Amino acid sequence: MVENNRWGNIFAHLVLILGVAIVVFPVYVAIIASTHPPGTFVRGVMPLWPGTNAWENYTTVITEGRSRAGTPPIGGMMWNSFIMAMAITIGKLSISIISAFAIVYFRFPFRIFFFWIIFLTLMLPVEVRIVPTFQVVADLGMLNSFAGLSIPLIASATATFLFRQFFMTVPEELMEAARVDGAGPMKFFKDILLPLSITNIAALFVIMFIYGWNQYLWPLLITTDPDYYTIVMGIQRMVTGGDSEPLWHLVMATVVLAALPPVLVILFMQRLFVKGLTETEK
Amino acid sequence: MQTKRMTFSSQWLPYALLAPQVIITLIFFIWPSYQALLQSVYRQGDAFGIRPPTFVWFQNFQTLLADPLYLNSLRVTAIFSVGTTILSMGVALLFAVMVNRMIRSRDSYTTFMVWPYAIAPAIAGVLWWFIFNPTLGILPYILDMVGYDWNHRRSGNDAMIMVIIASAWKQISYNFLFFLAGLQSIPHSLIEAAAIDGASRMKRFWTIVFPLLSPITFFLMVINIVYAMFDTFGVIHATTEGGPSQATNILVYKVYRDGFVNLNIGSSAAQSVILMSIVIILTVIQFRYIERRVNY
Repeated sequence: MVENNRWGNIFAHLVLILGVAIVVFPVYVAIIASTHPPGTFVRGVMPLWPGTNAWENYTTVITEGRSRAGTPPIGGMMWNSFIMAMAITIGKLSISIISAFAIVYFRFPFRIFFFWIIFLTLMLPVEVRIVPTFQVVADLGMLNSFAGLSIPLIASATATFLFRQFFMTVPEELMEAARVDGAGPMKFFKDILLPLSITNIAALFVIMFIYGWNQYLWPLLITTDPDYYTIVMGIQRMVTGGDSEPLWHLVMATVVLAALPPVLVILFMQRLFVKGLTETEK
Repeated sequence: MQTKRMTFSSQWLPYALLAPQVIITLIFFIWPSYQALLQSVYRQGDAFGIRPPTFVWFQNFQTLLADPLYLNSLRVTAIFSVGTTILSMGVALLFAVMVNRMIRSRDSYTTFMVWPYAIAPAIAGVLWWFIFNPTLGILPYILDMVGYDWNHRRSGNDAMIMVIIASAWKQISYNFLFFLAGLQSIPHSLIEAAAIDGASRMKRFWTIVFPLLSPITFFLMVINIVYAMFDTFGVIHATTEGGPSQATNILVYKVYRDGFVNLNIGSSAAQSVILMSIVIILTVIQFRYIERRVNY
């Protein structure tokens, strides 16, 4: 900084501490609420200090769920979410990297045309074409299946662009050398391009995993069988289904568990996350 | 569009490599969008097949644009998107400017700021819904002490404020990261030169830092509007469900309700087409902006 202003710095710290408090507050409240017995929420204003019922609440949601309101145990829903998120992530990464490879390293008729088809997916998010997409998936018999949960979401223009951008910066000499040594396109892809792209793949992996885990509208539409419920949409069932007032202690325990995996991913891979985020959107 | 100077030659390989992506795009993106276009100009046949679907030109659109509920939804969406964008970007810019002053504590503050990105919109909605719960929430309790009777179940304004706060809260981390990156790319010499010329801290911010941030600000504005219009379905659906009395019925939620709950396919398709046009306009704006930035 240009000048060192003691009071200015203290003020900045105060603003930031307040900011962190605002950012953390909702989750703090959720964690606190998930440790109280049900009676607490009948008596009026919610408490701000931890209660004593944490163990019971968490074991209840993990093993039993709320069968009365039609929500299965959390364990199963978390597993479904995990499979869906992984399928979406791996699917997106693999089909994007090979299409980017085709677009950059080959010259063939209709190349630009294909590029534009892929580009179009950016303009058609699932939210704007809900009914017809649902009909297509229903006609293909993909309702209530992991294929239906993941495949319609794995086309990705952003990942394709990012890989294309990256491939353009790979030195030409690498490919010339590979060709001189007699390597075919797939061998070049596997032995040279893929190892070079590892950091990009990892950064995108973090972003896509969070995207997949947090899917809401799509699972809501195509799963009617509780065996395929994912946890993020399951929370909505817990809030609205059953009794008039939600069982807050159980809802909040579920919220904490649902938010945990993606939050952990961000905290432990913060550098990759920042890289992935700033590069995919540019 | 350029490729490498030297390329591999194969008759079929590039097509095979593109096939998975293109097939999925055709089946799950292009075809449904085409269907939406088609449905938007037809009146549905009845369920028994006695009356076939009829071609009605733009009647669905005319009905829609004359429908006070749809006009209300447009207005609600505008207020919601602008509110979410301004709140989230304003707060994020303040935090980024403050964090940028720090040297040792920068990384720890950043860690605390970024993780809400991982929270799904639906979960963010439920969290704030709980905090604002009229009987047991902490904020209505505090508001009650200053004499405000908070009730988002009855008051449309209260409900709107709640969903804006929930949506903006989740988006702070994203804006924060981009503003911080933007601030760090501003050359230090510019700020020092201004300081030597006697410009105060506030003056330096408004005459140097803020104008240099304007490309990022514009980019974030587009991203945030897209976020508020399309990604916040979960916030609405898990909490207010469009109510009370249509006060938070944003366009994306209305398409879903009219298509799946009220089963009005023609109207829902017409709404889809309008939404698609909005996304296309926003995407084009975003890409023009990127081209411009690359050029300077």
